[in-house]
Amino acid sequence: MTDLSLENARTSASDEAVVDISDVMQKMAEHKGCGTEGGDGKASCGSSGGPEDMPAEIWEKVKNHPCYSEEAHHHYARMHVAVAPACNIQCNYCNRKYDCANESRPGVVSERLTPEQASKKVLAVASTIPQMTVLGIAGPGDPLANPKQTFETFRLISEVAPDIKLCLSTNGLALPDWVDEIAKYKVDHVTITINMIDPEVGQHIYPWVFWENKRLTGYEAAKILTERQMLGLEMLTERGILAKINSVMIPGVNDKHLVEVNKAVKSRGAFLHNIMPLISAPEHGTVFGLNGQRGPSAQELKALQDECEGDMNMMRHCRQCRADAVGLLGEDRSEEFTTDKIMEMEVNYDSEGRKAYQQAVEAERQAKVEAKKGELDGLEAAGDIKLLVAVATKGHGIINEHFGHAKEFQIYELSSSGAKFVGHRRVDLYCQGGYGEEDALDTITRAINDCHAVFVAKIGGCPKAELAEAGIEPVDQYAHDYIEKSALAWFKEYLAKVASGEVTHEQRGDAAIRQGALLNAG
Amino acid sequence: MPYKIVASQCTNCTACEALCPNQAISEKGNTFVIDPDLCTECVGHFDDPQCVAICPIDNTCVIDSTLPRYAA
Repeated sequence: MTDLSLENARTSASDEAVVDISDVMQKMAEHKGCGTEGGDGKASCGSSGGPEDMPAEIWEKVKNHPCYSEEAHHHYARMHVAVAPACNIQCNYCNRKYDCANESRPGVVSERLTPEQASKKVLAVASTIPQMTVLGIAGPGDPLANPKQTFETFRLISEVAPDIKLCLSTNGLALPDWVDEIAKYKVDHVTITINMIDPEVGQHIYPWVFWENKRLTGYEAAKILTERQMLGLEMLTERGILAKINSVMIPGVNDKHLVEVNKAVKSRGAFLHNIMPLISAPEHGTVFGLNGQRGPSAQELKALQDECEGDMNMMRHCRQCRADAVGLLGEDRSEEFTTDKIMEMEVNYDSEGRKAYQQAVEAERQAKVEAKKGELDGLEAAGDIKLLVAVATKGHGIINEHFGHAKEFQIYELSSSGAKFVGHRRVDLYCQGGYGEEDALDTITRAINDCHAVFVAKIGGCPKAELAEAGIEPVDQYAHDYIEKSALAWFKEYLAKVASGEVTHEQRGDAAIRQGALLNAG
Repeated sequence: MPYKIVASQCTNCTACEALCPNQAISEKGNTFVIDPDLCTECVGHFDDPQCVAICPIDNTCVIDSTLPRYAA
């Protein structure tokens, strides 16, 4: 394999080019204590950690950021402004031509904004949604292939709304050129999409990159890209800018290789790794969609995330949202904030009101942590039993959604070490994607087929019976209570039943990851 | 023969506009257009025509064979 030699070549090249990376890594190691050594049930920083799991300065950076903190994403919202349409590479999972208004996936937007429009939109949204704490630029192309628009937008927003956190998401090709500018605007979260560290793998993912006024293809293209990504990541780490790595899991192409990617980015100080399933419905017209490349199943995705978790904090709550999404993760309120509408809106930026809201959220979070305490006692009875449960929730960490209204379910893994958030499953309606004709309930059982129980605020008699028949226990007695506390209380009852021989513990099967366009985002 | 943009294919991604060494590309209505009087096929600037090299959709920036070849 060329992996190792490439690794060595890159490390030595960057050592010459920049500074002694080991010095920086030493500092990063100080916060590496969090999460990675506490066993797989322990809360880990980034994906699900709290203030006790990480140094204060890191917690300060992530606590209000829904894309960096699983815990925060229940409480805080983000928005993306689509000011960056141009891109400098081509990916086989992306098709820039397709923009269905009902479409929900990265790389897609309904309208392009100028920096001035974007700034107005941010103010309008922040005034309407007090939990909006994060502004990201994620495309629909690459923010750093549109540096003028990207940094002008950051400048305007930091002037009018300095409390809003700025972040961007890039393919990394141009990153080394702009790291200082990123630092200048106090952008303290950068996401790099890294799907490979070996150009042999990369050439099957990237047909071309635009580099030094030329279109490079094949191995050569992927080699430049990975070198720039690694250099860019090291430069971010040196400057104390938090880096999250997004990777698209493409079965048969980079799935096994992502373990190597995980090691490479961890050693360069990345804070969080987000492995996402490939979206490749044929109607999207992407290369992978058209050549029949499949995405991973729920079990395959979780297995890879679990494998990487021993090495690093994993993010499991990503919703793969659009480059113009607005709202809490998993919801999209962008329709309320079209350019026509925001230009007419009276914008009154109430920073005091926002602060008060955010203080209330902090109190709520504390209450949640308290609710969880004590529930860990008695879990040793679980032994090796590990199981998944699905939860219908509208947010705030509470079981507060009706079964029939849920557009997605959150998945928790219950084991002797507690309740751990491990992902979510979309069950909303799709205009295409192969399941259009089927019964809505079948859709749900297919999506949560690997779960032993589903927790809901309310559920009708009919679905209750059908779920039970499918082997998924509907649980509604914890309505409007905290998710983790309730899940663990149920788990202990389940373990007692297993112990008494009332039920026999059995493994559940795999589940499908839904793909395709969103029929009704509203 | 300068380049032209096939309007039905253009995604309005703006990438070509910023790269054109002659400022020959501008937005017009729902697409981008190349001014044939300004386009030099990047001769003297780059080995490859920049609009062709960056365009995310194949066969969108193409030679306009109805016009005479650019002469430096």
